[in-house]
Amino acid sequence: MIALAGVAKRWPGGGEAGAASAGLSAVDLRVGAGEFVCLCGPSGCGKTTLLNLIAGLEFPTEGEVLVGGQRVRGPGPDRTVMFQESALFPWLSVAANVAFPLEVAGVGGGERAARVERYLRMVHLWGFRDRQPHTLSGGMRQRVALARALVAEPQILLMDEPFAALDAQTRDVLHAELERVWLETKKTVIFVTHNVREAARLGDRVVIMGTRPGRIKRVLDSKLARPRAINHRDVTEVASAIEDELKIEIEKVIRDEGDSAWSPSGRPVSAGADGGLGDGI
Amino acid sequence: MRALAGALRSGLLLRAVGKSFARLAVGYSLSLALGVALGVGLARARWVKDTLGPVVLGLQAIPSVCWLPLALLWFGLGEAAIQMVIVLGSLLSIALATESAVNTIPPLMVRAARTMGARGATLWLRVILPAAFPGIVSGARLGWTFAWRSLLAGELLFLSGGLGQVLEMGRELHDMALVIGVMVVIVALGLASERLLFARLEARVRQQWGLDRA
Repeated sequence: MIALAGVAKRWPGGGEAGAASAGLSAVDLRVGAGEFVCLCGPSGCGKTTLLNLIAGLEFPTEGEVLVGGQRVRGPGPDRTVMFQESALFPWLSVAANVAFPLEVAGVGGGERAARVERYLRMVHLWGFRDRQPHTLSGGMRQRVALARALVAEPQILLMDEPFAALDAQTRDVLHAELERVWLETKKTVIFVTHNVREAARLGDRVVIMGTRPGRIKRVLDSKLARPRAINHRDVTEVASAIEDELKIEIEKVIRDEGDSAWSPSGRPVSAGADGGLGDGI
Repeated sequence: MRALAGALRSGLLLRAVGKSFARLAVGYSLSLALGVALGVGLARARWVKDTLGPVVLGLQAIPSVCWLPLALLWFGLGEAAIQMVIVLGSLLSIALATESAVNTIPPLMVRAARTMGARGATLWLRVILPAAFPGIVSGARLGWTFAWRSLLAGELLFLSGGLGQVLEMGRELHDMALVIGVMVVIVALGLASERLLFARLEARVRQQWGLDRA
Protein backbone atom coordinates (compact mmCIF):
# COMPACT_ATOMS: atom_id res chain seq x y z
CA MET A 1 0.00 0.00 0.00
CA ILE A 2 2.53 2.56 1.21
CA ALA A 3 6.23 2.02 0.64
CA LEU A 4 9.12 4.29 1.48
CA ALA A 5 12.51 3.31 0.17
CA GLY A 6 15.75 5.04 1.18
CA VAL A 7 13.91 8.25 1.86
CA ALA A 8 15.91 11.25 3.04
CA LYS A 9 14.78 14.81 3.49
CA ARG A 10 17.15 17.69 4.00
CA TRP A 11 16.23 21.31 4.43
CA PRO A 12 18.13 23.82 2.35
CA GLY A 13 20.48 26.11 4.27
CA GLY A 14 19.78 24.59 7.66
CA GLY A 15 23.00 25.30 9.50
CA GLU A 16 26.53 23.88 9.34
CA ALA A 17 27.47 20.27 8.82
CA GLY A 18 23.90 19.28 8.25
CA ALA A 19 23.21 19.30 11.98
CA ALA A 20 19.78 20.88 11.98
CA SER A 21 19.21 20.46 8.28
CA ALA A 22 18.93 16.68 8.20
CA GLY A 23 15.23 16.11 8.58
CA LEU A 24 15.19 12.41 7.78
CA SER A 25 17.71 9.92 6.56
CA ALA A 26 17.54 6.44 5.11
CA VAL A 27 13.97 5.68 5.99
CA ASP A 28 12.51 2.39 4.78
CA LEU A 29 8.97 1.60 5.72
CA ARG A 30 6.15 -0.50 4.34
CA VAL A 31 2.60 -0.21 5.47
CA GLY A 32 0.01 -2.72 4.35
CA ALA A 33 -3.62 -2.01 3.50
CA GLY A 34 -5.85 -1.70 6.54
CA GLU A 35 -2.96 -1.43 8.96
CA PHE A 36 -2.89 0.98 11.88
CA VAL A 37 0.64 2.26 12.24
CA CYS A 38 1.78 4.77 14.84
CA LEU A 39 4.87 6.92 14.34
CA CYS A 40 6.27 7.73 17.74
CA GLY A 41 9.29 9.79 18.67
CA PRO A 42 10.64 12.90 20.38
CA SER A 43 10.27 16.34 18.86
CA GLY A 44 12.54 16.89 15.90
CA CYS A 45 12.66 13.24 14.82
CA GLY A 46 10.89 14.04 11.59
CA LYS A 47 7.69 12.12 12.19
CA THR A 48 5.54 14.96 10.89
CA THR A 49 7.87 15.35 7.92
CA LEU A 50 7.46 11.67 7.18
CA LEU A 51 3.70 12.08 7.25
CA ASN A 52 3.87 15.12 4.98
CA LEU A 53 5.96 13.15 2.49
CA ILE A 54 3.26 10.51 2.31
CA ALA A 55 0.59 13.21 2.11
CA GLY A 56 2.42 14.82 -0.80
CA LEU A 57 2.75 18.16 0.97
CA GLU A 58 6.52 17.82 0.86
CA PHE A 59 8.90 15.87 -1.33
CA PRO A 60 11.91 13.73 -0.42
CA THR A 61 15.46 14.83 -1.24
CA GLU A 62 16.43 11.21 -1.84
CA GLY A 63 14.60 7.97 -2.28
CA GLU A 64 10.98 7.56 -3.19
CA VAL A 65 7.57 7.43 -1.61
CA LEU A 66 5.12 5.07 -3.24
CA VAL A 67 1.44 4.85 -2.49
CA GLY A 68 -0.38 2.00 -4.18
CA GLY A 69 2.63 1.52 -6.43
CA GLN A 70 2.50 5.11 -7.65
CA ARG A 71 5.07 7.75 -6.83
CA VAL A 72 3.59 10.54 -4.73
CA ARG A 73 3.50 13.78 -6.71
CA GLY A 74 1.20 15.83 -4.57
CA PRO A 75 -1.85 15.61 -2.34
CA GLY A 76 -4.40 13.14 -3.66
CA PRO A 77 -7.95 12.01 -3.02
CA ASP A 78 -6.72 8.60 -1.83
CA ARG A 79 -5.05 10.19 1.23
CA THR A 80 -6.45 12.70 3.66
CA VAL A 81 -4.72 14.39 6.54
CA MET A 82 -5.95 15.33 9.98
CA PHE A 83 -3.92 17.87 11.91
CA GLN A 84 -3.43 18.77 15.55
CA GLU A 85 -5.77 21.67 15.03
CA SER A 86 -9.02 20.90 13.31
CA ALA A 87 -8.32 23.39 10.49
CA LEU A 88 -12.06 23.65 9.89
CA PHE A 89 -13.18 26.63 7.86
CA PRO A 90 -14.76 29.06 10.30
CA TRP A 91 -17.04 30.65 7.72
CA LEU A 92 -18.78 27.37 6.93
CA SER A 93 -21.23 25.41 9.03
CA VAL A 94 -20.28 21.95 10.31
CA ALA A 95 -22.16 20.25 7.47
CA ALA A 96 -20.65 22.56 4.85
CA ASN A 97 -17.19 21.86 6.21
CA VAL A 98 -17.72 18.14 5.90
CA ALA A 99 -19.16 18.64 2.41
CA PHE A 100 -16.14 20.61 1.25
CA PRO A 101 -13.93 17.74 0.00
CA LEU A 102 -16.89 16.34 -1.94
CA GLU A 103 -17.57 19.71 -3.47
CA VAL A 104 -13.96 19.98 -4.59
CA ALA A 105 -14.13 16.48 -6.01
CA GLY A 106 -17.30 17.35 -7.90
CA VAL A 107 -19.61 15.01 -5.99
CA GLY A 108 -22.99 16.70 -5.99
CA GLY A 109 -26.62 16.57 -5.04
CA GLY A 110 -28.10 13.64 -3.18
CA GLU A 111 -24.87 11.67 -3.05
CA ARG A 112 -23.11 14.54 -1.32
CA ALA A 113 -25.90 15.06 1.20
CA ALA A 114 -26.11 11.35 1.95
CA ARG A 115 -22.41 10.99 2.60
CA VAL A 116 -22.23 14.09 4.77
CA GLU A 117 -25.07 12.68 6.85
CA ARG A 118 -23.49 9.24 7.05
CA TYR A 119 -20.13 10.47 8.33
CA LEU A 120 -21.55 13.12 10.62
CA ARG A 121 -23.68 10.38 12.18
CA MET A 122 -20.61 8.20 12.46
CA VAL A 123 -18.97 10.79 14.72
CA HIS A 124 -22.29 11.50 16.47
CA LEU A 125 -22.48 15.11 15.38
CA TRP A 126 -25.44 15.06 13.00
CA GLY A 127 -27.42 17.10 15.52
CA PHE A 128 -24.82 19.86 15.30
CA ARG A 129 -24.72 20.11 11.52
CA ASP A 130 -25.89 23.72 11.33
CA ARG A 131 -23.55 25.08 13.97
CA GLN A 132 -20.45 27.14 13.24
CA PRO A 133 -17.19 25.42 14.18
CA HIS A 134 -16.22 28.04 16.78
CA THR A 135 -19.30 27.22 18.82
CA LEU A 136 -18.08 23.65 19.34
CA SER A 137 -15.59 22.27 21.88
CA GLY A 138 -12.11 21.18 20.83
CA GLY A 139 -13.04 17.50 20.92
CA MET A 140 -16.13 18.09 18.81
CA ARG A 141 -14.12 20.06 16.29
CA GLN A 142 -11.70 17.16 15.95
CA ARG A 143 -14.62 14.81 15.38
CA VAL A 144 -15.88 17.11 12.63
CA ALA A 145 -12.38 17.05 11.18
CA LEU A 146 -12.44 13.25 11.31
CA ALA A 147 -15.75 13.19 9.46
CA ARG A 148 -14.34 15.59 6.92
CA ALA A 149 -11.26 13.39 6.47
CA LEU A 150 -13.43 10.32 5.92
CA VAL A 151 -16.13 11.78 3.73
CA ALA A 152 -14.23 11.53 0.46
CA GLU A 153 -13.66 7.87 1.35
CA PRO A 154 -9.89 7.77 0.99
CA GLN A 155 -8.05 4.50 1.55
CA ILE A 156 -5.47 6.16 3.71
CA LEU A 157 -5.94 8.37 6.72
CA LEU A 158 -2.91 10.36 7.83
CA MET A 159 -3.14 11.78 11.33
CA ASP A 160 -0.68 14.30 12.72
CA GLU A 161 -1.07 14.36 16.51
CA PRO A 162 -4.79 14.94 16.10
CA PHE A 163 -5.61 14.60 19.78
CA ALA A 164 -2.55 16.25 21.30
CA ALA A 165 -4.33 19.48 22.14
CA LEU A 166 -7.22 17.81 23.95
CA ASP A 167 -7.64 16.98 27.61
CA ALA A 168 -7.06 13.39 28.69
CA GLN A 169 -10.73 12.45 29.11
CA THR A 170 -11.74 13.77 25.71
CA ARG A 171 -8.74 12.05 24.23
CA ASP A 172 -9.83 8.69 25.70
CA VAL A 173 -13.25 9.10 24.13
CA LEU A 174 -11.76 9.97 20.78
CA HIS A 175 -9.38 7.02 20.89
CA ALA A 176 -12.38 4.76 21.27
CA GLU A 177 -14.22 6.58 18.47
CA LEU A 178 -11.25 6.35 16.16
CA GLU A 179 -10.76 2.67 16.92
CA ARG A 180 -14.42 2.00 16.20
CA VAL A 181 -14.40 4.04 12.99
CA TRP A 182 -11.25 2.27 11.89
CA LEU A 183 -12.73 -1.17 12.55
CA GLU A 184 -15.86 -0.09 10.65
CA THR A 185 -14.18 1.46 7.63
CA LYS A 186 -10.94 -0.56 7.38
CA LYS A 187 -8.78 2.36 6.39
CA THR A 188 -5.03 2.33 6.43
CA VAL A 189 -4.08 4.72 9.22
CA ILE A 190 -0.76 6.38 9.90
CA PHE A 191 -0.90 8.14 13.21
CA VAL A 192 1.83 10.48 14.40
CA THR A 193 2.17 11.05 18.12
CA HIS A 194 4.76 11.81 20.78
CA ASN A 195 2.50 10.20 23.35
CA VAL A 196 3.81 6.72 24.05
CA ARG A 197 0.62 5.41 25.59
CA GLU A 198 -1.43 6.72 22.73
CA ALA A 199 0.82 4.83 20.32
CA ALA A 200 0.45 1.61 22.33
CA ARG A 201 -3.29 2.15 22.69
CA LEU A 202 -3.95 2.55 18.98
CA GLY A 203 -1.28 0.97 16.81
CA ASP A 204 -0.92 -2.49 15.31
CA ARG A 205 2.65 -1.51 14.81
CA VAL A 206 4.59 1.26 16.46
CA VAL A 207 7.42 2.82 14.52
CA ILE A 208 9.87 4.31 16.98
CA MET A 209 11.91 7.15 15.58
CA GLY A 210 15.16 8.74 16.67
CA THR A 211 16.66 12.17 16.15
CA ARG A 212 19.75 13.76 14.62
CA PRO A 213 19.21 12.71 11.98
CA GLY A 214 15.60 11.66 12.00
CA ARG A 215 15.41 7.96 11.31
CA ILE A 216 13.53 4.80 12.18
CA LYS A 217 15.01 3.23 15.27
CA ARG A 218 12.85 0.25 15.75
CA VAL A 219 9.49 -1.15 14.76
CA LEU A 220 7.44 -2.77 17.49
CA ASP A 221 4.48 -5.04 16.86
CA SER A 222 1.58 -4.49 19.14
CA LYS A 223 -1.08 -6.97 18.18
CA LEU A 224 -3.26 -6.64 21.22
CA ALA A 225 -6.96 -7.45 21.14
CA ARG A 226 -9.42 -4.68 20.36
CA PRO A 227 -11.17 -2.70 21.58
CA ARG A 228 -8.42 -1.65 23.92
CA ALA A 229 -8.30 0.65 26.91
CA ILE A 230 -5.55 3.11 27.65
CA ASN A 231 -4.96 1.86 31.17
CA HIS A 232 -5.09 -1.83 30.28
CA ARG A 233 -2.06 -3.74 31.51
CA ASP A 234 -1.00 -5.01 28.10
CA VAL A 235 -1.16 -1.50 26.69
CA THR A 236 0.91 -0.24 29.58
CA GLU A 237 3.52 -2.89 28.99
CA VAL A 238 3.86 -2.02 25.33
CA ALA A 239 4.01 1.63 26.30
CA SER A 240 6.87 1.09 28.71
CA ALA A 241 8.74 -0.89 26.10
CA ILE A 242 8.40 2.03 23.70
CA GLU A 243 9.40 4.41 26.42
CA ASP A 244 12.63 2.60 27.17
CA GLU A 245 13.46 2.63 23.52
CA LEU A 246 12.85 6.36 23.35
CA LYS A 247 14.64 7.36 26.53
CA ILE A 248 18.03 7.81 24.92
CA GLU A 249 16.58 9.88 22.14
CA ILE A 250 14.67 12.13 24.46
CA GLU A 251 17.76 12.71 26.56
CA LYS A 252 19.58 13.69 23.41
CA VAL A 253 16.94 16.31 22.70
CA ILE A 254 17.03 17.61 26.25
CA ARG A 255 20.79 17.97 26.12
CA ASP A 256 20.47 19.92 22.89
CA GLU A 257 17.76 22.20 24.11
CA GLY A 258 19.19 23.01 27.52
CA ASP A 259 22.59 24.40 28.52
CA SER A 260 25.36 22.26 29.97
CA ALA A 261 24.19 22.85 33.55
CA TRP A 262 21.01 20.88 32.90
CA SER A 263 21.58 17.17 33.21
CA PRO A 264 18.60 15.05 32.30
CA SER A 265 17.15 12.81 34.96
CA GLY A 266 19.08 9.74 35.99
CA ARG A 267 17.88 6.22 35.43
CA PRO A 268 14.40 5.67 36.79
CA VAL A 269 13.82 2.61 38.92
CA SER A 270 11.86 0.78 36.27
CA ALA A 271 14.47 1.08 33.57
CA GLY A 272 16.73 -1.64 34.93
CA ALA A 273 14.31 -4.17 36.31
CA ASP A 274 11.75 -4.56 33.56
CA GLY A 275 13.25 -2.57 30.75
CA GLY A 276 12.95 -5.44 28.34
CA LEU A 277 9.33 -6.14 29.08
CA GLY A 278 7.21 -6.40 26.02
CA ASP A 279 10.23 -6.65 23.72
CA GLY A 280 9.09 -9.94 22.35
CA ILE A 281 5.42 -9.17 21.99
CA MET B 1 -31.70 74.83 9.68
CA ARG B 2 -33.91 76.94 7.52
CA ALA B 3 -31.35 76.87 4.76
CA LEU B 4 -31.24 73.12 5.01
CA ALA B 5 -35.02 72.89 4.82
CA GLY B 6 -35.07 75.28 1.88
CA ALA B 7 -32.44 73.34 0.01
CA LEU B 8 -34.25 70.15 0.73
CA ARG B 9 -37.53 71.58 -0.53
CA SER B 10 -36.08 72.85 -3.73
CA GLY B 11 -34.81 69.36 -4.39
CA LEU B 12 -31.32 70.74 -4.80
CA LEU B 13 -29.90 68.83 -1.89
CA LEU B 14 -31.53 65.54 -2.74
CA ARG B 15 -30.39 65.70 -6.30
CA ALA B 16 -26.89 66.58 -5.15
CA VAL B 17 -26.77 63.67 -2.72
CA GLY B 18 -28.07 61.31 -5.39
CA LYS B 19 -25.51 62.50 -7.86
CA SER B 20 -22.66 62.21 -5.37
CA PHE B 21 -23.64 58.72 -4.32
CA ALA B 22 -23.96 57.50 -7.88
CA ARG B 23 -20.48 58.77 -8.56
CA LEU B 24 -19.16 57.23 -5.38
CA ALA B 25 -20.73 53.89 -6.21
CA VAL B 26 -18.93 53.72 -9.52
CA GLY B 27 -15.57 54.87 -8.21
CA TYR B 28 -15.71 52.79 -5.07
CA SER B 29 -16.70 49.55 -6.80
CA LEU B 30 -13.89 50.08 -9.26
CA SER B 31 -11.34 50.67 -6.54
CA LEU B 32 -12.66 47.76 -4.48
CA ALA B 33 -12.24 45.36 -7.38
CA LEU B 34 -8.82 46.71 -8.34
CA GLY B 35 -7.71 47.00 -4.74
CA VAL B 36 -8.54 43.41 -3.80
CA ALA B 37 -6.90 42.13 -6.98
CA LEU B 38 -3.80 44.22 -6.34
CA GLY B 39 -3.68 43.14 -2.71
CA VAL B 40 -3.90 39.47 -3.63
CA GLY B 41 -1.14 40.00 -6.17
CA LEU B 42 1.06 41.72 -3.60
CA ALA B 43 0.54 38.89 -1.15
CA ARG B 44 1.07 35.97 -3.47
CA ALA B 45 3.09 36.85 -6.54
CA ARG B 46 6.70 37.65 -5.90
CA TRP B 47 7.12 39.77 -9.00
CA VAL B 48 4.11 41.93 -8.14
CA LYS B 49 5.50 42.53 -4.67
CA ASP B 50 8.93 43.37 -6.05
CA THR B 51 7.70 45.75 -8.71
CA LEU B 52 4.61 47.37 -7.27
CA GLY B 53 5.20 46.98 -3.52
CA PRO B 54 7.40 50.06 -3.03
CA VAL B 55 5.25 52.05 -5.45
CA VAL B 56 2.09 51.31 -3.48
CA LEU B 57 3.72 52.23 -0.19
CA GLY B 58 5.14 55.42 -1.66
CA LEU B 59 1.93 56.54 -3.31
CA GLN B 60 0.11 56.10 -0.04
CA ALA B 61 1.91 59.18 1.21
CA ILE B 62 0.02 61.31 -1.31
CA PRO B 63 -3.26 62.74 -0.03
CA SER B 64 -5.97 62.08 -2.57
CA VAL B 65 -6.58 65.77 -3.30
CA CYS B 66 -3.05 66.00 -4.63
CA TRP B 67 -4.07 63.73 -7.47
CA LEU B 68 -6.50 66.36 -8.71
CA PRO B 69 -4.11 68.51 -10.73
CA LEU B 70 -2.80 65.43 -12.51
CA ALA B 71 -6.29 64.08 -13.04
CA LEU B 72 -7.44 67.39 -14.50
CA LEU B 73 -4.52 67.56 -16.90
CA TRP B 74 -5.10 64.00 -17.92
CA PHE B 75 -8.84 63.76 -18.25
CA GLY B 76 -9.89 67.40 -18.36
CA LEU B 77 -12.53 68.95 -16.17
CA GLY B 78 -15.01 66.12 -16.06
CA GLU B 79 -16.38 62.95 -14.62
CA ALA B 80 -13.29 60.86 -15.30
CA ALA B 81 -11.08 63.18 -13.26
CA ILE B 82 -13.27 62.81 -10.18
CA GLN B 83 -13.44 59.06 -10.62
CA MET B 84 -9.69 58.91 -10.85
CA VAL B 85 -9.33 60.81 -7.59
CA ILE B 86 -11.82 58.50 -5.86
CA VAL B 87 -10.12 55.38 -7.09
CA LEU B 88 -6.63 56.54 -6.25
CA GLY B 89 -7.78 57.82 -2.89
CA SER B 90 -9.14 54.48 -1.71
CA LEU B 91 -7.42 51.85 -3.85
CA LEU B 92 -4.15 51.72 -1.96
CA SER B 93 -5.56 51.29 1.51
CA ILE B 94 -7.82 48.49 0.26
CA ALA B 95 -4.89 46.82 -1.48
CA LEU B 96 -2.67 46.98 1.60
CA ALA B 97 -5.40 45.67 3.88
CA THR B 98 -6.08 42.80 1.47
CA GLU B 99 -2.39 41.99 1.27
CA SER B 100 -2.02 41.73 5.03
CA ALA B 101 -5.29 39.79 5.33
CA VAL B 102 -4.09 37.20 2.81
CA ASN B 103 -0.66 37.04 4.41
CA THR B 104 -2.02 36.37 7.86
CA ILE B 105 -4.42 33.54 7.15
CA PRO B 106 -3.34 30.39 8.99
CA PRO B 107 -1.04 28.33 6.73
CA LEU B 108 -2.62 25.20 8.17
CA MET B 109 -5.93 26.10 6.57
CA VAL B 110 -4.32 26.21 3.15
CA ARG B 111 -2.51 22.93 3.77
CA ALA B 112 -5.72 21.29 4.88
CA ALA B 113 -7.49 22.55 1.78
CA ARG B 114 -4.72 21.22 -0.43
CA THR B 115 -4.91 17.77 1.10
CA MET B 116 -8.61 17.81 0.32
CA GLY B 117 -7.79 18.38 -3.31
CA ALA B 118 -8.38 22.13 -3.59
CA ARG B 119 -6.08 23.76 -6.10
CA GLY B 120 -5.77 26.88 -8.20
CA ALA B 121 -8.95 28.89 -8.59
CA THR B 122 -10.91 26.66 -6.20
CA LEU B 123 -8.29 27.16 -3.51
CA TRP B 124 -8.42 30.91 -4.01
CA LEU B 125 -12.14 31.40 -4.28
CA ARG B 126 -13.28 28.85 -1.74
CA VAL B 127 -10.55 29.03 0.87
CA ILE B 128 -8.04 31.87 0.72
CA LEU B 129 -10.43 34.72 -0.04
CA PRO B 130 -13.07 33.61 2.49
CA ALA B 131 -10.34 33.16 5.09
CA ALA B 132 -9.06 36.66 4.40
CA PHE B 133 -12.55 38.13 4.18
CA PRO B 134 -12.73 39.74 7.65
CA GLY B 135 -9.51 41.61 6.93
CA ILE B 136 -10.72 42.62 3.49
CA VAL B 137 -13.93 44.00 4.98
CA SER B 138 -11.91 46.18 7.36
CA GLY B 139 -9.90 47.44 4.42
CA ALA B 140 -13.06 48.12 2.45
CA ARG B 141 -14.45 50.12 5.37
CA LEU B 142 -11.31 52.23 5.49
CA GLY B 143 -11.37 52.59 1.72
CA TRP B 144 -14.95 53.82 1.85
CA THR B 145 -14.11 56.77 4.07
CA PHE B 146 -11.16 57.64 1.86
CA ALA B 147 -13.34 57.42 -1.23
CA TRP B 148 -15.97 59.64 0.36
CA ARG B 149 -13.43 62.32 1.23
CA SER B 150 -11.83 62.20 -2.19
CA LEU B 151 -15.21 62.50 -3.83
CA LEU B 152 -16.06 65.72 -2.03
CA ALA B 153 -12.68 67.21 -2.70
CA GLY B 154 -13.09 66.41 -6.35
CA GLU B 155 -16.59 67.81 -6.55
CA LEU B 156 -15.63 71.16 -5.09
CA LEU B 157 -13.86 72.03 -8.27
CA PHE B 158 -16.48 72.42 -10.93
CA LEU B 159 -20.10 72.10 -11.98
CA SER B 160 -20.31 68.54 -10.84
CA GLY B 161 -23.88 68.64 -9.61
CA GLY B 162 -22.85 66.87 -6.43
CA LEU B 163 -22.69 67.79 -2.77
CA GLY B 164 -19.27 69.33 -3.15
CA GLN B 165 -20.62 71.75 -5.68
CA VAL B 166 -23.46 72.81 -3.42
CA LEU B 167 -20.85 73.52 -0.78
CA GLU B 168 -18.85 75.62 -3.20
CA MET B 169 -22.00 77.43 -4.31
CA GLY B 170 -22.71 78.33 -0.70
CA ARG B 171 -19.25 79.85 -0.47
CA GLU B 172 -19.75 81.91 -3.61
CA LEU B 173 -23.10 83.21 -2.40
CA HIS B 174 -21.69 83.95 1.05
CA ASP B 175 -24.43 81.70 2.34
CA MET B 176 -22.93 80.52 5.61
CA ALA B 177 -26.09 78.64 6.54
CA LEU B 178 -25.97 76.57 3.37
CA VAL B 179 -22.28 75.79 3.83
CA ILE B 180 -22.80 74.57 7.36
CA GLY B 181 -25.97 72.78 6.34
CA VAL B 182 -24.13 70.81 3.68
CA MET B 183 -21.37 69.97 6.13
CA VAL B 184 -23.96 68.63 8.52
CA VAL B 185 -25.36 66.51 5.71
CA ILE B 186 -21.88 65.18 4.93
CA VAL B 187 -21.34 64.20 8.54
CA ALA B 188 -24.77 62.57 8.69
CA LEU B 189 -24.21 60.55 5.52
CA GLY B 190 -20.74 59.54 6.60
CA LEU B 191 -22.00 58.37 9.96
CA ALA B 192 -24.98 56.60 8.45
CA SER B 193 -22.96 54.62 5.94
CA GLU B 194 -20.42 53.75 8.59
CA ARG B 195 -22.92 52.69 11.24
CA LEU B 196 -25.62 51.14 9.11
CA LEU B 197 -23.52 49.46 6.50
CA PHE B 198 -19.95 48.76 7.45
CA ALA B 199 -20.14 48.40 11.21
CA ARG B 200 -22.96 45.90 10.80
CA LEU B 201 -21.27 44.02 8.01
CA GLU B 202 -18.05 43.81 9.96
CA ALA B 203 -19.78 42.69 13.14
CA ARG B 204 -21.70 40.03 11.26
CA VAL B 205 -18.60 38.74 9.55
CA ARG B 206 -16.59 38.70 12.76
CA GLN B 207 -19.36 36.83 14.48
CA GLN B 208 -19.73 34.23 11.75
CA TRP B 209 -15.99 33.74 11.47
CA GLY B 210 -15.82 33.23 15.23
CA LEU B 211 -13.43 36.12 15.84
CA ASP B 212 -15.43 37.72 18.60
CA ARG B 213 -14.80 35.29 21.38
CA ALA B 214 -12.41 36.14 24.21
